[in-house]
Amino acid sequence: MMRKTAPMALAGAVALALGACSSGGGSGSGGDGAGEITYWLWDSNQLPAYQACADAFTEANPDTTVKIEQFAWDDYWTKLTASFVGGSGPDVFVDHLSKYGEFAAQGQIVALDEMIERDGFDTGVYADGLIDPWQYDDGSVYGLPKDWDTTAFFYNTEMLDDAGITAEELWAADWNPDDGGTFEEIVAHLTVDANGVRGDEDGFDPTNVEVYGLGINPNFEETGQMQWANFTGTLDWDYLDTNPWGTQYHFDDPEFQQAIDWFYGLAEKGYAPAAGVFSDETPTQLGSGQVAMGTNGSWATGSFMELDGVDVGIAPGPVGPTGERASLFNGVADSISASSDDPEAAWQWVQFLGSTDCQDIVGEHAVVFPAIPESSEKALAAFDEKGWDVSAFFSYEEEGRTFLPPITLNAGEVNAIASVAFEDIYLGNTEASSLTDANEQINTVLQK
Amino acid sequence: MSAATHAPTTTAAPRSDGRATRRRRNLGDLPAALVFVLPATIGFVVFLLWPTLRGIWLSFTDTTAFQAGGFIGLENYQRLADDPVFWNAFGVTLWYVVLNIGIQTTLAVLVAVLMHRLTRSMVIRGIILTPYLVSNVVAAMLFLMLLDYQLGFVNEVIAALGWDRVMFFGDQSLVIPTIALVNVWRHVGYTALLVFAGLQTIPGNLYEAGRVDGASELRMFRSITMPLLRPYLGLVLIVTMIGSFQVFDTVSVATQGGPANASNVIQYYIYEVAFSRGYDFGYASAMSVALMVVLATISIVQFRLTRANQNDMA
Repeated sequence: MMRKTAPMALAGAVALALGACSSGGGSGSGGDGAGEITYWLWDSNQLPAYQACADAFTEANPDTTVKIEQFAWDDYWTKLTASFVGGSGPDVFVDHLSKYGEFAAQGQIVALDEMIERDGFDTGVYADGLIDPWQYDDGSVYGLPKDWDTTAFFYNTEMLDDAGITAEELWAADWNPDDGGTFEEIVAHLTVDANGVRGDEDGFDPTNVEVYGLGINPNFEETGQMQWANFTGTLDWDYLDTNPWGTQYHFDDPEFQQAIDWFYGLAEKGYAPAAGVFSDETPTQLGSGQVAMGTNGSWATGSFMELDGVDVGIAPGPVGPTGERASLFNGVADSISASSDDPEAAWQWVQFLGSTDCQDIVGEHAVVFPAIPESSEKALAAFDEKGWDVSAFFSYEEEGRTFLPPITLNAGEVNAIASVAFEDIYLGNTEASSLTDANEQINTVLQK
Repeated sequence: MSAATHAPTTTAAPRSDGRATRRRRNLGDLPAALVFVLPATIGFVVFLLWPTLRGIWLSFTDTTAFQAGGFIGLENYQRLADDPVFWNAFGVTLWYVVLNIGIQTTLAVLVAVLMHRLTRSMVIRGIILTPYLVSNVVAAMLFLMLLDYQLGFVNEVIAALGWDRVMFFGDQSLVIPTIALVNVWRHVGYTALLVFAGLQTIPGNLYEAGRVDGASELRMFRSITMPLLRPYLGLVLIVTMIGSFQVFDTVSVATQGGPANASNVIQYYIYEVAFSRGYDFGYASAMSVALMVVLATISIVQFRLTRANQNDMA
């Protein structure tokens, strides 16, 4: 109880951190063995695949070993920042589009152009549009693409059958921000109250729901990737004036706000769980048997398919007012930390990660879709072999629209403002019109 | 140790001589004193004084995690005055402290008096202290699981009894009371023990006298226990309140400040500003300094009000 007073403790941490920064200034990686480079990633599902890559890499380059460390998403960025400040960051780490701008601006990650040119590394092997957003506004490339993802709707096939809805109907659903289109009809019909009355039938009790038609992930983000992006993407709307590196957000758009009110309004209608009912993401929600369908990304396919006692299918987002279905198209990449004490070895590893050799291995593990199309084909085959139909994730590319997440500077602050603003709407504290204020705050942050 | 330590002071030496001897003796103790004091002093300077001064300096700069900044005057403090999130955090923290300290102190005094008046059992004292042995983070994770809306044991019991499930951590109006009670659970035994130590300084004959005069337990509590406990209670309040204002770990583990800032306490906001949202060490330092000023003020006022440095027994 007799702890140091808080400001002092914090100031202490700050002073120590700064001290380490000024004196250390890049003394290097977490692993200090000769010829060892450290590699950080956040997704535990991908760890076995990349461990296999690391083993293959060491076989080809016997003097370099790769030490992989995995931290969950929530801790990952804080840890990474702290390690940068302390000069003890990983040599190479999995980087995210919404985060790398800040690191590039602060000189914490390495521009790869020179090395790409020197070694004649072919960046044309990646699927279209994957490497472009990794070009920072100074014109340099800061990451080599490793995989891509889209989002879709995972549904409980048994519940869909019980409701008399076919997978084809779900695939053909349309949506609009006024009445939610046939998509909302499906969601309503999937919803069942405690008396067995469906959401679209007379006498439905929205306060006593046993199965919600649509689950909502508790992830409040400016991207909306885990919540509403599949819907807003079908509007004539984009996050920013220009993406990447825009400075004006468009959360003040009336049509966008209407879509947001519609989305969180599903909870009031009883078709979706209210805020706070589920503290876990949709795989757990479907697993509980209380949710019939929920959004998630292609990376989560395994978590759904391996659910005990629940048979899961995947359908793409509905076709919206623009006449197309849409999904956020995100690609993560590998970046080299500026504090790496062996940038050459780090570059070798990044090249290997970005090559067919490694991406094929990753593809065969059937966890994500690699950035190189041939490897992605292998992943598709591996998913097929498991009997998992993942074509929904490819459907946007084939017959719809994909869009980038908003890529800006000061993304941390943007996220802090946006996440509270969206959660406030879900909680029912306010309506989507309040996003106009949040939008103003965000734009002020972006002017800095 | 030098011979001066054992210098004779017995005989009737002239006054001036005596003073000289004493001075010499003091000097003679100095090396030993330094050896004892130095480690604590180094710790104090390195881990408290220097960081505090540096923190105060940083609060006047635009230092970030990655870049040493320059002097920007009171800009961070102006920003603080205009920052609705900070003032929300301040209000949330105050509400937490009121609930946490109010309930914890009342319970602690009750438990301590019961221990004092009813039992001398070491086993019971041990049991009461047990939650304090659990780390804050573990306690938070434990209650996060126990109180989960869907799967938590507590909600299962509530549902089995036919009542509506409760969103302990997910409801904006319940989240701070929940966190406050989790920390009461953890700290009340320790606080009770501090109070208990104070109770043991009260001579038993006062209670005997009270009983002879026909006073009830309640009356003795009011007229004997409370007045004599006051200085101890005063110190306990100051110490626990400073700790309470610093609530962080429970929030960080259980709610991350949510839902929608409803549990975004000052310490958590400072941490976020410094390490995840803007890497803004300057502004985070300014908020830390503000918190330090508030805590210092509260401590002084409390100290005065409870006259914690005076004992009615003396």
